[in-house]
Amino acid sequence: MKNVAIFWLCVLSMGMALAQKQSITVAAFPAVDDIVKAALQEWQKKNPNVEVKVVSREYADHHTAMTTALATSTGLPDVMTIEYGYLGRFAQSGGLEDLAKVPYQMGQHAAKMVPYAVAQGSSATHGQVAVPTDIGPGAMFYRQDLLTKAKVKEADLTQSWESFIQSGQKIKKESGAYLVAHARDVKDIVIRTGIPAGHGVYFDDKGKSVIDTSPRFKRGFEIAQEIRAQGLDAKINAWSNEWGESLKRGTVSVQMMGAWLGGHLQNWLAPNTSGLWRSTVLPERVATSWGGTFYAIPKNAVNKALAWDLIQHLSLNSKQQQMAFEKFNAFPALIDAQNGEFFNQPVAFLGGQKARLEWKNTAAQIKPTMVFKHDSVAEEIVNAELDLVLTKNKPIDQALKDAHRLVQRRASR
Amino acid sequence: MKPMLTPVLAPYVLISPFLLLFLVFGLFPIVFSFVLMFHVWDPVQGLGSMKYVGLENLMFAIEDPLVWTSLGNTLWMALASGMPQHLVAIPLAYLINEKMGRWRNAAMGAYFLPYITSTVAIAIMFSTLFSTDYGMVNATLAELAQWPWLSAVMPEKNIDWLGSPEAIKPVVSAVVFWRYLGFNVILYVAAMQSIPRDLYEAARMDGAKNWQQFFYITLPQLKPMMFFGVTLTVIGGLQLFEEPFILTGGKGGPEYAGMTTAMYMYRTAFDFNDFGLASAISWMLFVIILVMTLFTNKAFKNKEGQT
Repeated sequence: MKNVAIFWLCVLSMGMALAQKQSITVAAFPAVDDIVKAALQEWQKKNPNVEVKVVSREYADHHTAMTTALATSTGLPDVMTIEYGYLGRFAQSGGLEDLAKVPYQMGQHAAKMVPYAVAQGSSATHGQVAVPTDIGPGAMFYRQDLLTKAKVKEADLTQSWESFIQSGQKIKKESGAYLVAHARDVKDIVIRTGIPAGHGVYFDDKGKSVIDTSPRFKRGFEIAQEIRAQGLDAKINAWSNEWGESLKRGTVSVQMMGAWLGGHLQNWLAPNTSGLWRSTVLPERVATSWGGTFYAIPKNAVNKALAWDLIQHLSLNSKQQQMAFEKFNAFPALIDAQNGEFFNQPVAFLGGQKARLEWKNTAAQIKPTMVFKHDSVAEEIVNAELDLVLTKNKPIDQALKDAHRLVQRRASR
Repeated sequence: MKPMLTPVLAPYVLISPFLLLFLVFGLFPIVFSFVLMFHVWDPVQGLGSMKYVGLENLMFAIEDPLVWTSLGNTLWMALASGMPQHLVAIPLAYLINEKMGRWRNAAMGAYFLPYITSTVAIAIMFSTLFSTDYGMVNATLAELAQWPWLSAVMPEKNIDWLGSPEAIKPVVSAVVFWRYLGFNVILYVAAMQSIPRDLYEAARMDGAKNWQQFFYITLPQLKPMMFFGVTLTVIGGLQLFEEPFILTGGKGGPEYAGMTTAMYMYRTAFDFNDFGLASAISWMLFVIILVMTLFTNKAFKNKEGQT
């Protein structure tokens, strides 16, 4: 009898040991943290003994914390969320797992995802360091009521940059509204048009600045200068209080951004303007992207297998990707998730447009662009030179030469 | 019973919590940033990626036009916000101390309030006030422009306070002045309260008027506190970060007109991942602050060599 009791005691303690919960950490920023939390219920059905700790920080704080964690190899999460703007420097760190290799073998899933986003997550030296989960196909949101008042058609905005500016003049004349929030926004699209394969926005495949030689920059600066000269930009920065107020009051008629802006307009930026906005392609049908979110596994993470399993659930599970889009406006990077009833539904906020299909179409046309470590410095320098062109009439050629020299100086370090 | 600690050991044990915290959070960052100044280091590549480059970072910083732009901005804003703080705080403190009677503490509290208010709240409030199209400042100017005798001096169009390189520095300076005025008022009121009343009574008996009492008794007696206050203002002004950072959206504003050296240092480290260069800039700034503080010390020294 005593032996039987000891046996069952052993079995019970073994069971308890087996049932002991494992724990993994996901570091994220809003609203990716909410997407992860919402996905956990489903994932934990498969992994009931895994506790997932979601560490949420504000966008900039999160990336600063991840920089520190990689620098010191302490406090690293198992799953690291990275926004596109930080991808260049994180991808080159060497501190992230190459997910193309065994045991991850991301390559077998690559064709399931939007190609440009997969390419963004790869580094020439460190392989596939990040998996895309949501993307931001570029779209042009415009105020239908202001266009109608000025007798401007959607095609006038999209046909060419010249017709875009002419439309802006009509809108300004008839309604007093500005065409765009800032001339810089237009430059940002033009410099992303026609980037050769293997090149980045600012650098060629060898990492050399192309700012002074690529016609993209000269044209971008010229169009921005024309817009400023015509008084068509409100000179306000995106995400400022003034910008939000302009969108609410309809003093800015066009806003070009990622497709996710539609959700932000509807939910908190300008909910009072329901039915007044429309979405269309960018001028000259440029297909480009705004932002995007990626998941990565640090080399020094503790639970890599579980982390990879969770990443697959978040990025390669069609149901999960659709849920993230429906609830959090995170446009799916998974091609399979870009189908379904939700995509065919009209968007009431956009006057009943079936805008999601158009965004899907744009996403399919976006060409891969390489990311570089010095992208953020280059962007900063180019914007500063554009400011001088816009406010001090600095000659464009000189501004581009100066920008190139400053970027090369930084990149050579 | 034998004590657990010997009298020789006890002070060291008791001071060890502070010492430990100071070593970790005070001394180590200073030493590490000094070492970093001579290295190129991209933090996301880990500590192993540090590469010794000698004085390269320092030379790069000296030749970097943005460092000089940011230093010029910093000096401009430190001066524009710092000088009025004292020029206004001293007479204001005199007024509060001598004339406010039982309302003195309430007045001091009101002036001190901005100092203890969150910088973020202050910056949001001021960015709303200075909004080009929807701000109260421009709305007031537009209203004043309707008055016949003021229309000539009022701007015709709304001023782009936070978006034009000419306006951003005065706006940041005004916010900094408003925020730290109360702190200096408290300093000067405290100093005035320690001036012996006999001096004023004797002066009054000799027929001294209020302004004579202020210039010949109050001001000279305030000199040690002025030295303390001005030194804090010089150091704080040269390290200016929070207000311009939030008001310019963390980027420095158009043409970097609102970017201070501390901001550029932060951006170099955390936006551009160049910690070596950021350390070199921080040590350059340290030397400048040191020199300015020594100048302040010299300016306040009396003939006997005491401040």
